[in-house]
Formats: sequence, C-alpha cells, structure tokens
Amino acid sequence: MSGMRWLVLSLLLLAAPAHAVQPDEVLADPALEARARGLSQGLRCLVCRNENIDESNADLARDLRLLVRERLVAGDTDDEVIAYLVDRYGEYVLLNPPATGSTLILWVTGPALLLAGLGGAALYLRRRRQAGESAVAPLSEDERARLAELLKE
Amino acid sequence: MIVEFGHLALSLALMIALVQAVVPLVGAAQGWRGWMALAAPAATAQFLCIALAFAALMWAFVSSDFSLKVVVENSHTLKPMLYKISGVWGNHEGSMLLWVLILSGFGATAAWFGGALPERLRARVLSVQAMIGVAFLAFILFTSNPFLRLAEPPFDGRDLNPLLQDPGLAFHPPFLYLGYVGLSMAFSFAVAALIEGRVDAAWARWVRPWTLAAWMFLTVGIALGSWWAYYELGWGGFWFWDPVENASFMPWLIATALLHSAIVVEKREALKSWTVLLAIIAFGFSLIGTFLVRSGIITSVHAFANDPERGVFILAILAVFIGGALTLYAARAGAMEAKGVFGVVSRESALVMNNVLLSVAAFVVFAGTVWPLVAELAFARKLSVGAPFFNQAFTPFVVLIALLLPLGVLMPWKRAVVSRSARPLYPALALAFAVVALVYAIATERTALAPIGAALGVWLIAGTATDLWQRAGRKAGRLTRLPRADWGRALAHGGLGVTFIGISLLTAWDIEDIRVAQVGESFEVGAYTITLDKVERLEGPNYISTTATMHAEKGGRLVAVLHPEKRVYPVAAMPTTEAAIDNGIFRDLYLVIGDPQDGGGWAVRTYIKPFANWIWAGAIIMALGGALSLTDRRYRVAAGARKAPVAATPAE
Repeated sequence: MSGMRWLVLSLLLLAAPAHAVQPDEVLADPALEARARGLSQGLRCLVCRNENIDESNADLARDLRLLVRERLVAGDTDDEVIAYLVDRYGEYVLLNPPATGSTLILWVTGPALLLAGLGGAALYLRRRRQAGESAVAPLSEDERARLAELLKE
Repeated sequence: MIVEFGHLALSLALMIALVQAVVPLVGAAQGWRGWMALAAPAATAQFLCIALAFAALMWAFVSSDFSLKVVVENSHTLKPMLYKISGVWGNHEGSMLLWVLILSGFGATAAWFGGALPERLRARVLSVQAMIGVAFLAFILFTSNPFLRLAEPPFDGRDLNPLLQDPGLAFHPPFLYLGYVGLSMAFSFAVAALIEGRVDAAWARWVRPWTLAAWMFLTVGIALGSWWAYYELGWGGFWFWDPVENASFMPWLIATALLHSAIVVEKREALKSWTVLLAIIAFGFSLIGTFLVRSGIITSVHAFANDPERGVFILAILAVFIGGALTLYAARAGAMEAKGVFGVVSRESALVMNNVLLSVAAFVVFAGTVWPLVAELAFARKLSVGAPFFNQAFTPFVVLIALLLPLGVLMPWKRAVVSRSARPLYPALALAFAVVALVYAIATERTALAPIGAALGVWLIAGTATDLWQRAGRKAGRLTRLPRADWGRALAHGGLGVTFIGISLLTAWDIEDIRVAQVGESFEVGAYTITLDKVERLEGPNYISTTATMHAEKGGRLVAVLHPEKRVYPVAAMPTTEAAIDNGIFRDLYLVIGDPQDGGGWAVRTYIKPFANWIWAGAIIMALGGALSLTDRRYRVAAGARKAPVAATPAE
C-alpha cells in the first residue's frame, strides 16, 4: 500500500465517530442525564450485536441516545420514553423483554425449574432416608439369640 | 510442502480415529485383549498426527505463507510474531483445529496416565473419545479445511481483527478450549460407564481429575476473556451476557455441579445416575456452545463464521452424540443403584442443593440465550434478551448458593444438625453483618448491591476460614498438615467470595467522567486530579496510534503517568481503544482518550473502578484451588495403584 493511501485512509478513520457517550451529548441537568444513562443501558443498539446504546459506538446508537435525551428534556417519563421507542422500533429494542404473552415462558422458566428441581431433590432425599430405615431390618429370632450369646462372652 | 504434509497428517488422524473408535469397542464387548490394547497407541498416534497438522498450520502463519487462504484472511507480514502465532486460532478453521488438537490431547493423557483403569473401561473411554474425534475431524476436512490453497497468492494478507491482537486474547481461546473440550473426558467416561452399566466410587475418582482440570482451564479462560473485555473495549465492562460468553459460562456452571456430585459418588456411592447425566449435559453444553459460536446462528461480537453448512454439520454432531448418550442413559440409568444412606439434612443433601441451584442457573442462562431464536421461530416475535434479563433472572441463584455454601461445607456426611453445623459460623455471620454496616455507612446512594454483595463475599471467605479451622481441630499447627484437597476446596470457595466482593463493589461504586479536555487542562474526578499533558501521533508496527500523556494526582502527590491510546489498523480498517489503567488493590484508575473535538481539545473519559481486580483475582484463586486439589495424595495414590495387583478400588 502506498504511503499516500495509508495516510488518507487513516485520516478518514480518525474522523469516524468512535466512542459511546460523547461529551457533547451529556445533558446539563445531572438528574436527567442519570435517567438517560439508566434508560440507555436497557435499550439495544439495533444494528449492533448484543450491545446497548450506552456502550455502542455505532451512529445509530448515538441517534438513539440523542432521541432518548430529547424525549426526557421534553418532559416524558421513563415509561413514556420506552413506549415511544417500542412504538417506533418494536420490542426488539428492549434488552429486557417484557413478561407478556409468549415471553412469559422465558420468565417462568427459572422459578419453574427451581421448583421442579427442589421437588425432585426432596423425593430423592426421602427415598435415600427410607432406604436407610428399610436396610436396617429387624433381627430374626436366631440372630437375636446369637447376639445375646456373643454379648454374654 | 510442509502445508501438504500437515493436510496429510490431518487426514491420517481421521483414519486413526476411525480405527480407535471401532476396534477397542468391539474388543471390550468380546473380551479380546489385543483389540482393546490398540486403543492407547492409537490415541497417541492420533494426537501426534493432529499436533503435526497444527504445527504445519502454525508454520504457515509464522512464515506468512500467503498461498494459504486462512493465512491471507487472518495475517499480515507486519504483524508482531505473537499475533502471527495466535492468529492460528484467531479464525474459524484454525480454532477448530485447536479444538481437535485438545480433544486428542485429552484422549492421549487418558492413554498415558490411565494405566490404573480397568482394561475394558479404558478401551471404551478411548473409543468414545475417538468417536468425537472422528466427527470433528470430518467437520474440519469437509467444511472448514485450513489447508486450502489459493491459485494466485496475493503479496500480503488482510491482517487479523485488531481486537484480537492483544496478549489477553492471544491466550484466551486455548484456555477456554482446554476447559470446554476437556469436558469431553467426563462425557467419554460417562458413556463408557453406561455401556458397562456400572458406576462406583473408583469410577468417580478417575473422572474427577479430568473434570477438575477442565474446570480449572475453563475458569482461567473465562477470567481472561472478561479481563480482556475490561481493558480493551474502552469502558471497563467485564461481563456482557453475550451469547458467546454464555456459551462458555453454561459448561462452567454444569462442570462445577459435576465436580460436586462426583464427590458424593466417590465418598458415598449415591447420586450415580445423576452424575452420569451431568457429565453428558456438561459436554452437551460445550457442543451447544461450539454450535452457537461456529454457526453464527446467534450473531454476536465473537461470531466469525457465518455459513449454514457448518451449522448444520455441528447440529448433526450435537444430535448424534447427546441424543445417543441420552438414549443410552435412558436404557441403562436404572441399573445404577445408589448405596449410600443419608438424612434429609446432611452434607449429601447440601451437595444436592448445590447441584439443583447450579443446574437450574445454567438452564436459565441457556433459556435466555436461545429465547430470541425460539421466539422468532415459534412465535414470530423479534425480540432481544440482554444483560438486564440475565441480571434479574440469574442473580437470585448465585445469592442462594453463596448463602448456603458455608453452612453446607460444615455439615458432616450422613446426618447433620443445622444448629450444630451453624454454631462455628457465628463469627463469620457477625463479620458479614459488620461489613453490611460498614459498606452502608460509606455509601448508601445507589443500590443495595454493594452491602449485600460485599457481605456475601465476606460470608464466603470467613465461612471458608471457619471450615479450615474446624477441619484442623481448631489448632493452628495442624492447618499446614491438612490434605491439599481441603486447601483446594477452601481456596476455590474463598476465591468465589473475592469475586463476589469485586463484582458488587465495582458495579455499585464505579465513578465515570466524560468531558472535553484541552491539552494542559486539569480536572477533578473523585479524589483525583487528572491532567491532559499532551497528545501525539505515533506509528506502531502495523498500526497508527494517537497517544495521550496524562497524569493523575491525589492530594498533590503524583499517583501515575498514563498513556491511553487510540489505534487505527489501516489494513483491517479498524480503530481500537487502548485504555491506560493504573492498577491498584482497592481501585483501578482507567483513562481513555477519544476523538479530537471541533472546538479544540479531546474527548476524555475517566473511570475510577473500585475493587476491579478482585473479580479476576478471585477467579485465579478458584483455579489455584482446583490445581491444589488435583495434586492431592488421593489422586497420586490412585495413579500409583497401577503397580499394585488389586487396582480396581484403591483404599480411601
């Protein structure tokens, strides 16, 4: 690669937007900014792979961050901001899927499996204990006589 | 020529693996000793052939042989030597070759150190291990051959993804694979035991060292990956619940459960069929992880391959091995009768609880990872499952495990009384509460996370200390004479506590500052005064760097001079952030240089990350615990027992 192309390319890249929240995005009101950061962490950068908009370097993430701040400055509550974004981009934008409809299955999986696991464990433990009780069968007449003999000696 | 030699060696390895999969198995079924005896030399030969192939590929990378497709796509003459070497596994084809290298390596260790194993069991274990080898060698040769040549080699390569050009990430995949693939040994032992229809204490004792080794490597591998994310991605995140991270975390959770249940099999001859099932599931999750990463079905930061042909092939491997093993399990598990008898409150039942919690936690992670896929296919809903879900759904299990762990460790086998086991723990409990109060007093602002997490961490560490103290009969002099397994257990549990403290305090007390700074300007972050001294353009071997010089003072005293960088890799056309970190025991000072601003000055990010290093220190302590346990006399006795005439059941 020639030196000139190298230089042009690197300058182009240096000019490319780079990093998560930029200083010029930060809101003057710290309370609003904190809310914006909190909301951003639960919103997916739609063109990224499993990144939230707070951490993403993509242009779209920046647009979404600015949009969130715009809505907050306009006086929206957190829920209204979320509703606005879901309206525009669908539930794909939410990193925390709401427990409605079929997604309920996802949320119930953990508690249901835990109950099943505890139930299974309880059954197993009971069986193990009972195995102990039945294993110690009462002595037969002969055995008892032999035992008495042994003890006498 | 060397490359063709490597290609040939790989094909030869497939042939050997085929023979190793069939002959010893038939021999074991028929009782033909000569056929069974073939397994060990075959395992060695298979390993040597794959090692040769791997060496040939490495030679191609090191010598920059651009007639090879993978080398062109993942290397460059200017790349530093370390990354030429790590480039071998920094791509799909090469990483699969590493996969089978480690697979055959574990098989070979079973051949070399498994002399004490009963003849039939060893033949069957090596045969099952070879079956996995056949599947993955075929996968490489037919869908992902690293030895493909180009008709017209270019003058230079396209360079390795710059994010992967990093010392942390150079060693992350080998460790991860040693763990991941190491679980294949547990799988092979489980399937061999199912074919045999017998699981006993001796079996558990042979399975444990391999599982322990795999678990250790997996722990180190996950920690390396998390540490890399922390310093490389530029904002100090350490865990993202990315599908690829989950792919390594699920086998880790199950392997942890397996380690504990194998203890019950070894000491008490109970939980046999469950342990066999866990061994199958653990390797199943390794295969699922391989599938998720290699098929690109869930696209994420790490997914480099995106080819349905490969995905379907791995899915078929997964179906055959796990389906086959589970079918065998369904047919044979009933034959494994438990012998041990124990009460509802006992160490056995504590270990059962451990298993329930770890397995359910692993399945919760699994559900969250595949749910977007399921929702799209079954319910036509396009949705995301990210960190907020996992934090909420996973955390309760970890909290429960941490609460119960110190109590469970102190319970005796067979029958325990909660109040008696709990009594020695009162000081630990008091200490934990004191920490709650202390942390609460320092900062109450954000969440309950800091006090609760720190208290659980202290509870784990103090509980572990109590366990050691009790075991030594409350005499300091006896502490050094405890078996290494006791120390290993203590380190592993204590390490978990250290990680707990790190994660909770870092998450709760992280300080962030984003601003535009002019050269020469100073600003305050937390207790520190940071000054941006200068910014200059420097050239690295295969990148151009924007390097800042900054210094931090605290109370007028110089703390550190740091050089955060932004790099551009022209060949790969990618920028990376190189944060500058001043590491400390109680806090990291983390500086990032951003873009030049229109109105002059530079975007600068400053983070103060309290207790960050505790996260990885804890993981390393856990892995050390595993290593210490591995060197315990028990295993050496078992290994040395081969000379004794009766080797089947070494004495306790």
